[in-house]
Amino acid sequence: MGERRIEILVNGNPAHVAEGCTVEALIAQLGLRSEVVAAEVERELVPRARRSERVLAPGERVELVTLVGGG
Amino acid sequence: MEPSPLESAATADTPLVVGSVTLTSRLIVGTGKYPSFDVMRDCHTLSGAQMVTLAVRRIGPGGEQEGLLEHLDRSKLQFLPNTAGCFDVESAVRTARLARDLLSTNAIKLEVLGDTRTLLPDPIGTLEATRALVAEGFEVWVYTSDDPRLAVHLEQAGAAAIMPAGSPIGSGQGVLNPNAIRILMELVSCPVIVDAGVGTASDTALAMELGVAGVLLNTAIAAAKDPRRMAVAMRDGVRAGRQAFLAGRMPKKLYGSASSPEAGRIAAQAPGS
Repeated sequence: MGERRIEILVNGNPAHVAEGCTVEALIAQLGLRSEVVAAEVERELVPRARRSERVLAPGERVELVTLVGGG
Repeated sequence: MEPSPLESAATADTPLVVGSVTLTSRLIVGTGKYPSFDVMRDCHTLSGAQMVTLAVRRIGPGGEQEGLLEHLDRSKLQFLPNTAGCFDVESAVRTARLARDLLSTNAIKLEVLGDTRTLLPDPIGTLEATRALVAEGFEVWVYTSDDPRLAVHLEQAGAAAIMPAGSPIGSGQGVLNPNAIRILMELVSCPVIVDAGVGTASDTALAMELGVAGVLLNTAIAAAKDPRRMAVAMRDGVRAGRQAFLAGRMPKKLYGSASSPEAGRIAAQAPGS
């Protein structure tokens, strides 16, 4: 069975993931360390406890952020 | 070197308490603009700061841009994430939520700026964002102008600390309007922390002598020619200013007033006496 793929936007750039991909799976697919990443989809925070439940839909905008130096 | 029992007793102080945060150092420092993580870590240690600020940013195409958290010891430093770079209420609130998810802390340094040229805080957006974040359970350390009436509104909105700029962010001009800060402190009861504008150690001493609860700075250490040495200078400046404030300065006088006795001088009658 051929896996269907969808296009989403990650930090403003197009990305392709498998249909049914969750936020947790996206973070893993990108090779990011989950503990230093926070995620929102369509401007709504996806708390880390719910990342495995939140399924991405085609065209959705995802923001993945981390902590950097600042004042 | 540990202070002597005499010095410890003479300089006793209460801690700075903001919401659920308690600090015995009144200097809060940033994590940005350092030449390297090694320099940053040394500066944090040398400054004696117990709290550092951090920013939230998108992860770049290459993954995590930097391993900032690996260079910060959370057993020694408390974290105050900021909403730096936000120019509207919605962005600031979203950034605060992301920061809370990253750090499991309700403390947030709220910045809602007006424009990229001046980086001055936007008063209306700052007040609206404060209300929104307080309603979501955040402890809001709010960066603001030195306007005393705005500070009253921010406190009424539930801010945990009011953080007036001494002068524009990163300008290094020091505290330009000490009287505004004085009036502001008279009108609010929550802790007032001077945030932004500090350029050198005397700026921190002057701010603390006004009676503010603390000083937050970043660039003044990170952009000094020798950041490590400046971290020590800032530690001492904050401490000197705090102790001078607690000590209570002598009144200023127009004329000179001799420290040595008038009586018993062998000199001839002084002119004017």
